[in-house]
Amino acid sequence: MCRECGCSVTQDDVHVHDHNGTVSARSGNSASVEVLRRILHDNDHEAAHNREHLAGRGILAVNLMSSPGSGKTSLLEATIDAIGARHRIAVIEGDLETENDANRIRARGVPAVQITTGQTCHLDAHMVHDALHALDLSEIDILFIENVGNLVCPAGFDLGQHANVTLLAVTEGDDKPAKYPVMFRAADLVLLSKSDLLDVLDDFAPDQAERHIRALANPADVLRISARRRESLAPWLAWLEARLAEVRSDAARHARRHHHDHHHAAE
Amino acid sequence: MHELAVCQSLLREVERVASAHGAAGVSRIEVAVGSLSGIEAALLDRAFSIARMGKACKTETRPASANALLCAQCGAWQVDVRSGDELVLRQVELVQPAEAATS
Repeated sequence: MCRECGCSVTQDDVHVHDHNGTVSARSGNSASVEVLRRILHDNDHEAAHNREHLAGRGILAVNLMSSPGSGKTSLLEATIDAIGARHRIAVIEGDLETENDANRIRARGVPAVQITTGQTCHLDAHMVHDALHALDLSEIDILFIENVGNLVCPAGFDLGQHANVTLLAVTEGDDKPAKYPVMFRAADLVLLSKSDLLDVLDDFAPDQAERHIRALANPADVLRISARRRESLAPWLAWLEARLAEVRSDAARHARRHHHDHHHAAE
Repeated sequence: MHELAVCQSLLREVERVASAHGAAGVSRIEVAVGSLSGIEAALLDRAFSIARMGKACKTETRPASANALLCAQCGAWQVDVRSGDELVLRQVELVQPAEAATS
């Protein structure tokens, strides 16, 4: 598959066509132009820009997605309480209306930018780019982007994150990954939230949820967490630490190579 | 649900191609919509008529069952999904300016 546009006109994963389009046929006053370019090219281009910008500064960006009410903001509050003293956290909040979630985060002493999307059902890379301008990136280690609560549309738009984390509350039903396959296929980590309620729910089987995720050919880890049970967050926090270490070592390697290039250019 | 946003991007891409080729207009647009892309082809068609009245937009849906991506032979989930999530502008039919068509 072509890495540039996702099309299948490829040789060794490199596209073999011109994305500006080439005329393939003419008749009368009309011309057919073969294009083969991603429709969301503008968004993907901006997302790549965001990702490079964040990665260059060694900032880990995590896109949190789920249904409304499955505990994204509660997880962020608990995460800030657990590692906020060790890592500088910032949050971009996406909702149709209100500053409520950003206010909850700010109450924890963490900078938060609220994006109110109005009628739009998802965040896109341009909205996130604008929000980044409202944050002091030199003061951030981990950036959480809490997407609009919606298991459909947010999965279609790259924001420039390093990882997608999808929450599935155990109150929602273990077949959600089968019902919303695009969202759960995009997940790099799935968190079964509110798992302290598993004891009183007889209709959510965590293993069944995991089987549905594997049927989407997704190897993502599935962790059981509860924002109310501090000890249950340990694997999630360890996952964050590991991703942050990766982003930082990539940034350091990139900076060394950059320095090296300049050294040679000066000779 | 987000087909209108996708349509607006599509129109930007089509306008870019039309202007790169100095076209006077666009008579037909062809897009490929993978069934793992999160876009419904029929809804895209309808959103397109809202985004831009009157243009013909042909969508081709690439079949794949999102919940059956296991290996057909052994049932393993460790498979490499090679296509199905594409959302690609394939072809645009341009109307040439009058002098270009006669020369």
